[in-house]
Amino acid sequence: MQVATFLAYLAAAALFIVGIRRLRRPETARSGNTLAAFGMTIALVATLFVIEFRSLLLIGIAALLGAVIGAFSAQRVKMTAMPQMVAAYNGVGGGAAALIALSEFYHMETGGHESVVATITVPLTILIGSVSFAGSAVAFAKLQEIAFSGSVSFPLQQVVNALLFLGILVLAANAILDGAILPFLSPVASVVAILASSLVLGVLLVIPIGGADMPIVISLLNAFTGLAAAASGFVLENYILIIGGTIVGASGTILTRLMSSALGRPLGKIIFAGIAAAGSSKEELEERPVHDAGAEEVGEYLADEAEKVVIVPGYGLAVAQAQGAMHELMEALESQGKEVLFGIHPVAGRMPGHMNVLLTEAGIPYGKLYDLEDINPEFEDTDAAIVVGANDVVNPAASDPEQDTPISGMPILEVEKANRVIFIKRSLSPGFAGVDNPLFYDQDKTMMLFSDAKQGLQDVVSALRSS
Amino acid sequence: MQELLAQLAIFVLAAFLGWELISRVPNLLHTPLMSATNAIHGVILVGGMITLAASTNPIIQAVGFVAVFFGALNVVGGFWVTNRMLGMFGPPLKKVKKRRKG
Repeated sequence: MQVATFLAYLAAAALFIVGIRRLRRPETARSGNTLAAFGMTIALVATLFVIEFRSLLLIGIAALLGAVIGAFSAQRVKMTAMPQMVAAYNGVGGGAAALIALSEFYHMETGGHESVVATITVPLTILIGSVSFAGSAVAFAKLQEIAFSGSVSFPLQQVVNALLFLGILVLAANAILDGAILPFLSPVASVVAILASSLVLGVLLVIPIGGADMPIVISLLNAFTGLAAAASGFVLENYILIIGGTIVGASGTILTRLMSSALGRPLGKIIFAGIAAAGSSKEELEERPVHDAGAEEVGEYLADEAEKVVIVPGYGLAVAQAQGAMHELMEALESQGKEVLFGIHPVAGRMPGHMNVLLTEAGIPYGKLYDLEDINPEFEDTDAAIVVGANDVVNPAASDPEQDTPISGMPILEVEKANRVIFIKRSLSPGFAGVDNPLFYDQDKTMMLFSDAKQGLQDVVSALRSS
Repeated sequence: MQELLAQLAIFVLAAFLGWELISRVPNLLHTPLMSATNAIHGVILVGGMITLAASTNPIIQAVGFVAVFFGALNVVGGFWVTNRMLGMFGPPLKKVKKRRKG
């Protein structure tokens, strides 16, 4: 390898690292992404100087096609469809790694140049890359609601997966040992068979996992593709592939763990249990009495008896575009000398962090927005918790060991510890996960204000101002 | 052999580096970080270019062609979509920063 290219690869690696570092803080995140993209450009240009020029046209056409489709799709995709788009980009990366390993294996077999390391890493790259490709495709289909909705499982699924994996190991050994185990299968044919079986394995691994857990699965497959890229770096003896791939493999694993703990989903449970689809059986809920409060009653209570108020916004708030009305409520309460805080659950928005953006945009100071761990101790001495357009994230059923619900184990905002809980909600219907909330029926503690989020907030504000 | 040992050392050190890089990240940035690291493993495009350049057999050329296509899609789509996502976060956060200073 030329010295200049090697040095350029080092520069690219440094830019990747600085880029990821900057992505850890909101203020510098965007520049971090730009730096990493700049590093990528350096690595790609440097590579042009170590390959044969006669192939440039073919490479140019393929890269241009990919770039145009990538840019077009990234620009057009709706923010709500972001997770499946990331899954798609991740999947093609894994697919690329598998195809590269396949092509390199053919070169080794026909060119006579064989290294032990490369023959071992080829099957590994193909396995990880293909699982990532097929798994991401299934994740995409689930999130886009094209196919495999909910949890798809069949008997002995784990056994089938294990057998398939065993078969891949035998094929890999056959390829490495030059056809010594299965004489009828040439090494190249075995490698192609590994690719096909790994694709099937990728599908089987992801179909039993429910749609709500897909962001975590995508993050895990992202780490897989990083590893596949690193493994292909050993095949090609290329440093930037080893460094870039390994960093993503390792950081992706940590990120997956962070996400799964933020959502209260142990990784093992997601992968091996195949959680049942949420809200698939909507039973008739029995009619139970609730404390149906009007805006005047709520306003009166807030004015007379509440000193400390915690507001919990959910996705319903964003749907109703009620962030401005929420800001008004905050001002009205503060003008009466009350303390107002906001409790933001990790899944309050469409993705982690979405809700924070929507609220700061409406003028609510960043410092009033508390994370789950920081707000929960505050509820003990809170007079009123106002829950707007949320249900699952405050549902005590999630932490009840007696109940087995789709949200069991998810950390919740413990509004039930507050003196009074006020729900502003359209109806009693359970939320996204389809689990009834026992707090609704606690008539001494809970006031239900049945209304659209925006209208309800505005009514409470005017009741508060006039009282 | 020397070469292989160097590669192995780089692999191990890069793994620790990646591990250390991600520590207490605010929930806010989980999705963008996932998306940005997703774009970084698009560096696989380098491998696609090398293997396609070395191919003469038409079938293997086709395999390499698809690999380059996939790699470019991963890189461009990945960085582009991350930039859009962070752009959405951008303005309100800047406002916050000003407010904190002021």
